Amino acid sequence: MTTPDFRLIDSTLRDGSHAISHQYNPEEVIAIVKGLDHAGVQVIEIAHGDGLGGSSFNYGFSKVDEKELIAQACAATTNAKIACLLLPGIGLADDLRDVKELGVGMARIATHCTEADISEQHIKTSKSLGMETIGFMMMAHMNSPEGLVEEALKMQSYGADAIYFADSAGAMTTEDVRRRVNALVNALDVPVGVHAHNNLSMAVANSIAAYEEGATNLDGTSAGLGAGAGNCPTEILAAVSDKYGITTGVNVLALMDVAEEIVRPLMPRQQVIDRAGLILGYAGVYGSFLLHSQRAAERYNVSQAEILLELGRRKVVGGQEDMIIDVALDLAKKHAEAEKK
Amino acid sequence: MRCAIIGSGNIGTDLMVKMLRSDVLDLVALVGIDPDSDGLARARKNGIQAPHTGPDWVLENASDIDMIFDATSAYVHVRHYKQYAAAGITAIDLTPAARGPKVIPPVNLYEHLDAPNVNLVTCGGQATTPMVYAIRRVIDELPYAEMISTVASKSAGPGTRQNIDEFTKTTSTALREIGGATKSKAIMVLNPAEPPIMMRNTVFAGIPEGADHAAILNSIHEMAGEVSKYVPGYRLKNEPVIEEGPFHTPGGVVPHRAVVLLEVEGAGDYLPEYAGNLDIMTAAAMRVGEAIAISRASREATA
Repeated sequence: MTTPDFRLIDSTLRDGSHAISHQYNPEEVIAIVKGLDHAGVQVIEIAHGDGLGGSSFNYGFSKVDEKELIAQACAATTNAKIACLLLPGIGLADDLRDVKELGVGMARIATHCTEADISEQHIKTSKSLGMETIGFMMMAHMNSPEGLVEEALKMQSYGADAIYFADSAGAMTTEDVRRRVNALVNALDVPVGVHAHNNLSMAVANSIAAYEEGATNLDGTSAGLGAGAGNCPTEILAAVSDKYGITTGVNVLALMDVAEEIVRPLMPRQQVIDRAGLILGYAGVYGSFLLHSQRAAERYNVSQAEILLELGRRKVVGGQEDMIIDVALDLAKKHAEAEKK
Repeated sequence: MRCAIIGSGNIGTDLMVKMLRSDVLDLVALVGIDPDSDGLARARKNGIQAPHTGPDWVLENASDIDMIFDATSAYVHVRHYKQYAAAGITAIDLTPAARGPKVIPPVNLYEHLDAPNVNLVTCGGQATTPMVYAIRRVIDELPYAEMISTVASKSAGPGTRQNIDEFTKTTSTALREIGGATKSKAIMVLNPAEPPIMMRNTVFAGIPEGADHAAILNSIHEMAGEVSKYVPGYRLKNEPVIEEGPFHTPGGVVPHRAVVLLEVEGAGDYLPEYAGNLDIMTAAAMRVGEAIAISRASREATA
């Protein structure tokens, strides 16, 4: 078998968890892991959508304890490495120790794209446990290429084996991606990866552009299942890569089967770019705010679009889901006052 | 009462500004380790001693000091706290070292007035534990409480950044031990927006069947008034609300949750108004220090 040109990391069981409000059960996890593993995917990421320890009022409670699901995933895989994501401030170093025990081989330590120094404790813990460790910078559209390099160098100095940036709001154009990947590839000693979202319908194109600029790790999720308008769909990325003559090492048809027969049937809604999804990308708002803002809009009888635009104006970052309620209450108050006049 | 502040960073310097206004606490020295620090320069300008030999200076001058406020770091506090006690100096610990009993003024200020060492939890703990307690005191059981603290990146120093797990763990423990929740979780987020955002804290509390919602909301309002007596910038950013579930919390399924949205505007004593996270810590330290001083003075007067 030829060596793949990039490593594909599938996050259906982590980022995809947002789109089903963290309701995965063990049977679904086992079926998805077996399908992806069979298709030749090298790394499968699993955790609450907001990373280890994310189960909460603020981000939504997991139906089944993520550690039970992680144990199932580790038991179900043959070749694929199982990965977890952790956001310092939400998950703990103790969580890394727990998942290492369960058989997890990779930890991705994620921070907002200007706050890399809060990852030191967790990157070092993960490394000392012997896990492959990736530094993961979120909401990368909110930092310049030079700024990202500065943050990435910190993560590299803590011992990260690779550095990712995530277009968590699906807000980047292809040019935005190229400039950032190029700057990182030139400045870092370790491999670079990109995690794309599809709010502006750019996820696959942006992933291919990232590859062309030297990124050697790319993320996808089956059927694009994920926060906001969804992720870069793994099976489409693989198909497009084939067309470009980029070797993926995965079986495209087997990936299509996973998407069609396992993932689509469990989706509460198809992953489309509707108004709210597009606004996230257009206003640069964290993708996982989508369903939370929809619920708040219904609860307080205000416009979801208005909530999202206001969150964009306030420059909230990933993790500040509580501000959705704050904005919804502000809007409801404003409407009530307008009616009195 | 003769006091020294150890640590001439943001917290120590802000605390100095507050202590210079106190009728009860007599500031003897701001103790640092860097003679060129801005904090020590300000101390000298105010006619306060500004040694730069750290905790050693305090121990050498123990006979002139009754109480210290430790604004260094958890690990420096752990190294010296026994020496302060042995020297007869009361320690008010502003680091998350958590060696002494935890104190959240509106909840348990008067329970530990004689302790040789008290701990002030974290800024997020000072902001949210009172609200968890306010809810708990009007219901039979609080199965689960959660807090999210968001602070401006500019106001989070290197100590906080390298020890974010200590922040969330110590805060979460306070929600249970002092707030009265059975289970708890604490989350911390940094926001780099310019101009810097005010400190924001949100409390979510799982409300069991049959709870008196009006009593909960009243209790929250009352507590906001209590805290704002010593932290003037502490306020409810929006009316507290009770949302309908059900919610599958780690403490069991509950039909409702209370949501308390808080904002803390700093007094601007040293850092600007956005740094409410520093202000609530130093304001709590003043409240505790003054209470201890007044209690001891009245005891000496009656003895």
